[in-house]
Amino acid sequence: MKYAVIKKEDLNKWLEHLKKKARLYAPRKKENLFIFRPVKDISEVCLDYIPTILPPKKYYYPQKEKLFRFKINPFKTSKAIPKFEDYILFGVHTCDIAGIQCMDVVFRENPEDPNYLNRKDKMIIIGLECLKYCDEYANCTSMGNHIPRGGYDLMMVDLGKAFIIHINSEKGEKLVTGLNYIKEAKEEDMLALERVREEKKKIFKEEFNAPLQKVYEAFDKSFNSPLWQEVGKKCVACGNCTAVCPTCYCFDVLDEMELSLNEGLRYRIWNSCQMDDFAKVAGGEDFRKGREARQRHRYYRKFKYPVDKFNRYFCTGCGRCTRTCMAGINLVETVNLLLKEAEK
Amino acid sequence: MIEREILLEKMKTSPYKPMRGKIIQAYMLTEKEKFFRIELENKINLGHEPGQFVMVSLFGYGEAPISICSSPTDKGYFELTVRNVGLLTNALHKLGKGDIVGIRGPFGKGFPIDNMFGYDVMIVAGGLGIVPLRSLIRYIMHNRNDFGNVQILLGCRTPKELLFKDETKEWMKRAEIKLNCTVDRADEEWQGNVGLITTLIPGVDINPARTYCVIVGPPIMYRFVIAEVLKKSIPDHQIIVSLERRMKCGLGKCGHCQIEGVYVCQSGPVFNYAQLKNFKGECHEKAA
Repeated sequence: MKYAVIKKEDLNKWLEHLKKKARLYAPRKKENLFIFRPVKDISEVCLDYIPTILPPKKYYYPQKEKLFRFKINPFKTSKAIPKFEDYILFGVHTCDIAGIQCMDVVFRENPEDPNYLNRKDKMIIIGLECLKYCDEYANCTSMGNHIPRGGYDLMMVDLGKAFIIHINSEKGEKLVTGLNYIKEAKEEDMLALERVREEKKKIFKEEFNAPLQKVYEAFDKSFNSPLWQEVGKKCVACGNCTAVCPTCYCFDVLDEMELSLNEGLRYRIWNSCQMDDFAKVAGGEDFRKGREARQRHRYYRKFKYPVDKFNRYFCTGCGRCTRTCMAGINLVETVNLLLKEAEK
Repeated sequence: MIEREILLEKMKTSPYKPMRGKIIQAYMLTEKEKFFRIELENKINLGHEPGQFVMVSLFGYGEAPISICSSPTDKGYFELTVRNVGLLTNALHKLGKGDIVGIRGPFGKGFPIDNMFGYDVMIVAGGLGIVPLRSLIRYIMHNRNDFGNVQILLGCRTPKELLFKDETKEWMKRAEIKLNCTVDRADEEWQGNVGLITTLIPGVDINPARTYCVIVGPPIMYRFVIAEVLKKSIPDHQIIVSLERRMKCGLGKCGHCQIEGVYVCQSGPVFNYAQLKNFKGECHEKAA
């Protein structure tokens, strides 16, 4: 089976089924915004949502990750996490799936990161394709992430009265087979999917004023652009943009002792290149001084460096950095200004 | 895609877990720098290249990148020289013979010793720069006939801060190595040169095409020394530097050590000037 169909009235039944299979995380409302949470009550699951405050990265790359347990005397290290649990991320937008693909590339690169790989191994992703823009901040079309590009086990598309589900892995197939309310898609469903995609073309338009290759070239030329001064002047160095980014993964390492003061845990915790001590060495030299340099670094880590290294843009187009910025730094605006300047 | 079996194997062991290292010798070299000789379990060799570094762990305090100052030809142990400058190094200074530290590594790319075979070598060490360079110097001494002329320019602020005093004296006596030393400020006993290390460079006699110049020192030193060395017409890729950066993992992940798109912990800390030149503005050490 390649495509399956589930009627909307049967969705809750399926969610109950998924909940029994593994730990289930799904979006739900929190005041006027949305968050991913473990599902306790199915009725809380909200599929009509704009990107959550934090991307689902908090589940496969936790804010505070145990690396290992240690003992000072006698010197000993041991596993901190005995077993990683199976879990399902439900209703993930294509932009956030692109974020997971970026993280995969980073943590699979030699030397590999076992903590990430272990969590990734236990993950099942059930995606949900967006049929309209979340808000004015997204730039998913320019990044090519407004349509599914793999990286999921199942992908749901809303066809009005039902969801059509693209089955993309064996893991995914197991979750839709043997259930009398999920049936193989018929030709009419496939045609409906085609119509939906055609309709999408009318709604989703490239947000940048030039194709990605031009954006890359603009970045290549603009390292010393005065624009970074402008961005730096606005920035308040809060680090929100990096915390909410699905492809930011910089971290710090932290030891926490138990009361015995002989045993403890070593953690890795999210860190941000926007913090002023991020590149400072013990001797006092700061190798990335100034908010303008640090903001520039963040942008280059999305549109230049990973393209050189992995042939992959690390901006997914989710729009979170702009949505969350207290100083009103707007990614689409910055990139378009850069494009304009590079044209000269 | 990586094969699943290989992946599963790798997922069992963590590159974040340090090995056990026992301090078998420790003493103060100067007021601020302490020397440690460390033995790994079963006296296994660290297997490093000159110029590489290790992450030293003290549980409860954290981890820091420290240059290895012994040569891989020194077997059964390795050596570190640590300046007391931060939280971790302060705690490290309180340790002595018999104490245990955590060691991960070696990490990074060392000096290109294989490429340097047959070439003359000019070593410029400023302040703590002699620490990683001692590894190279000891390696060269051990394989002396693989290299051409070797000269060392050594500089530090005051005579009191001079590291490896006895060893330096020994090097001075050796006929096959030329050593020149200078201090920024002399004291009453000092009889050598006074002045910045850059003042020694114009006077050196080298054949630029046949010379590798290896420079290590504080960040501020590089651009001035590189400018002097460039005047000598040494080719860019034969000017070698080692750069200091903040590091948390050594695995090319945590992001702290990045210069533009390059992770210093994996691609460095040793770079040549041709690589440095490619940086657009984040590399402080690049000559103006």
